[in-house]
Amino acid sequence: MNTNELKKKSVGYRKKILKYIVGAKAGHTGGSLSSTDILNVLYNKVMNVSPQNFTSPDRDRYVQSKGHCVEALYVVLADKGFFPEEDLDTLCKYQSKYIGHPTRKVNGVEQNTGALGHGLPICVGTALAAKLDQKDYRVFILMGDGELPEGSNWEAALSAAHYKLDNLCAIVDKNTLQITGPTADVCNTDPLDEKWKAFGWAVREVDGNDVEALSATFAALPFEKGKPSMVIAHTTKGKGVSFMENEVKWHHGVPNKEQYEQAISELDELLTSLHD
Amino acid sequence: MAEQINIIPGGDKPNQDVFSETLQRLAETDQNIIAVTSDSRGSGKLVPFGKKFPKQIVEVGIAEQNLVGVAAGLGSCDKKVFAVSPACFLTARSLEQIKNDICYSDHPVTVVGISAGVSYGALGSTHHSLHDFAALRAINNIIIVAPADNYETEQATILAAESKQPVYLRFGKKIMPLLKENSNEVFAFGKGRVITEGDDLAIIANGETVDPAVKAAALLKESGINATVVSMHTIKPLDTELLSALAGKVKAIITVEEHSVNGGLGEACASYLLQNGYCRPFKIMGIPDEYTVSGSQVEIFKHYGISAEGISEQAKKLLS
Ligand SMILES: [Mg+2]
Repeated sequence: MNTNELKKKSVGYRKKILKYIVGAKAGHTGGSLSSTDILNVLYNKVMNVSPQNFTSPDRDRYVQSKGHCVEALYVVLADKGFFPEEDLDTLCKYQSKYIGHPTRKVNGVEQNTGALGHGLPICVGTALAAKLDQKDYRVFILMGDGELPEGSNWEAALSAAHYKLDNLCAIVDKNTLQITGPTADVCNTDPLDEKWKAFGWAVREVDGNDVEALSATFAALPFEKGKPSMVIAHTTKGKGVSFMENEVKWHHGVPNKEQYEQAISELDELLTSLHD
Repeated sequence: MAEQINIIPGGDKPNQDVFSETLQRLAETDQNIIAVTSDSRGSGKLVPFGKKFPKQIVEVGIAEQNLVGVAAGLGSCDKKVFAVSPACFLTARSLEQIKNDICYSDHPVTVVGISAGVSYGALGSTHHSLHDFAALRAINNIIIVAPADNYETEQATILAAESKQPVYLRFGKKIMPLLKENSNEVFAFGKGRVITEGDDLAIIANGETVDPAVKAAALLKESGINATVVSMHTIKPLDTELLSALAGKVKAIITVEEHSVNGGLGEACASYLLQNGYCRPFKIMGIPDEYTVSGSQVEIFKHYGISAEGISEQAKKLLS
């Protein structure tokens, strides 16, 4: 998929994320929009995973530690054919399996997440299993910047380096905001690159809303042989919708009718500009 | 159903040792058996396992949350994982990982709580696990097992390795006598093991408290009281069939456990019995809800009446 096609995909994903959040009257809007491009590039350009190989032990794994941004994941999985997109009409509805955090009941989801700081230890186990079985699949994990103070992340960071898990790639969606406000004010984790480097990881920083830059970064994996890879993805929370960008209230804000229509018209405009 | 292999014909070892020996035996023919430890291979008696199968032991250092998360990740890749750490830390600090990453996510991991209950004795409450049954009973999708003797330990370990459902195994450090000859017995999770039979009283115990319960029954016999003693090794799922049969037969029921009197074996039995119309004189013996007395495991047991004398006295009171 070329860059322009990827860009168009991202816009389409964003429109659908908003559509289903409005339908559910619930969702994590800002973080789903900040991570859209990362998911897009991973699923359409980087990972070897599809509905056809999902039961194969050799597939690449994706775990979303920031489970609350499940709407982005559901929309991408539907697009990849893991389930019919209409299923998402039941998002967060009574007895639906499409709940507000990833669950393995949904085809394409690797791990149940939702409680923060749980993804990385699981991924260390999954990446270790690949080493033990001498398989060459890779493990990708998306983390939020707000979940980094969870100590379990740093326990797992140590293990990943200890076991030289260069088949593991963690991505931090560094949108610099969390529910209370700026992450730097809530519990500052900067300088992030130095922390991960000190923990024995190979680190790269990238514009996490630039599909071309993301593609180039993932193409360079592993960044260093014998080290786990960390991608610090600088993103904008609420990306793509002018009045949502960098506004903390959109962490789990649900647009009303007018806001939804304005958001869709902005995204449609962007889509038109991408037509070659 | 467990394959009946007797690797410990004589018994009389700490259950933790038998767990480790059984795991080695299983690993010899199955490279998917993996032990995950948090600087706990010594206390878990897994040093020989680690020497023999260096690729099948994963060490995470003192980091219990990571221990359980890593175990879940390995379990998601068809490994038969045993996450081994002192029960006090494993079922408290990493309770959320047990709940979400293993039970809710349905990965077939065996969580092994070693040196459980008050095994660590005078090391104090930081090292006691008197909450683990209660905490885990309230979590969906986990089998909870506290084997009493070496035989139950061996069988439970074999069953856990093949279980498609998460399992919690709870072991102590004390040398445990074999409770009875077991040549033709079939061990299964959720099926209590009747050690002695008698119509006056039932003593339902698990783990290391079954031994004093059996000794109490011997004392009671001298006074003409016949007690059934059950090793209710599995707390969840509870053997309700056996409970019904006992309640229909005996005049009184005592439960004994190395756990808080709140939320463990006793309350599990009481809940079933009362909700199913069985009302018998009933006593839950365990560690009361107070700052636990200091001392060795034996001293703590004795202090709270978890001894042949203490249990038999309680039985007489209940029957009088
Ligand atoms: Mg954030």
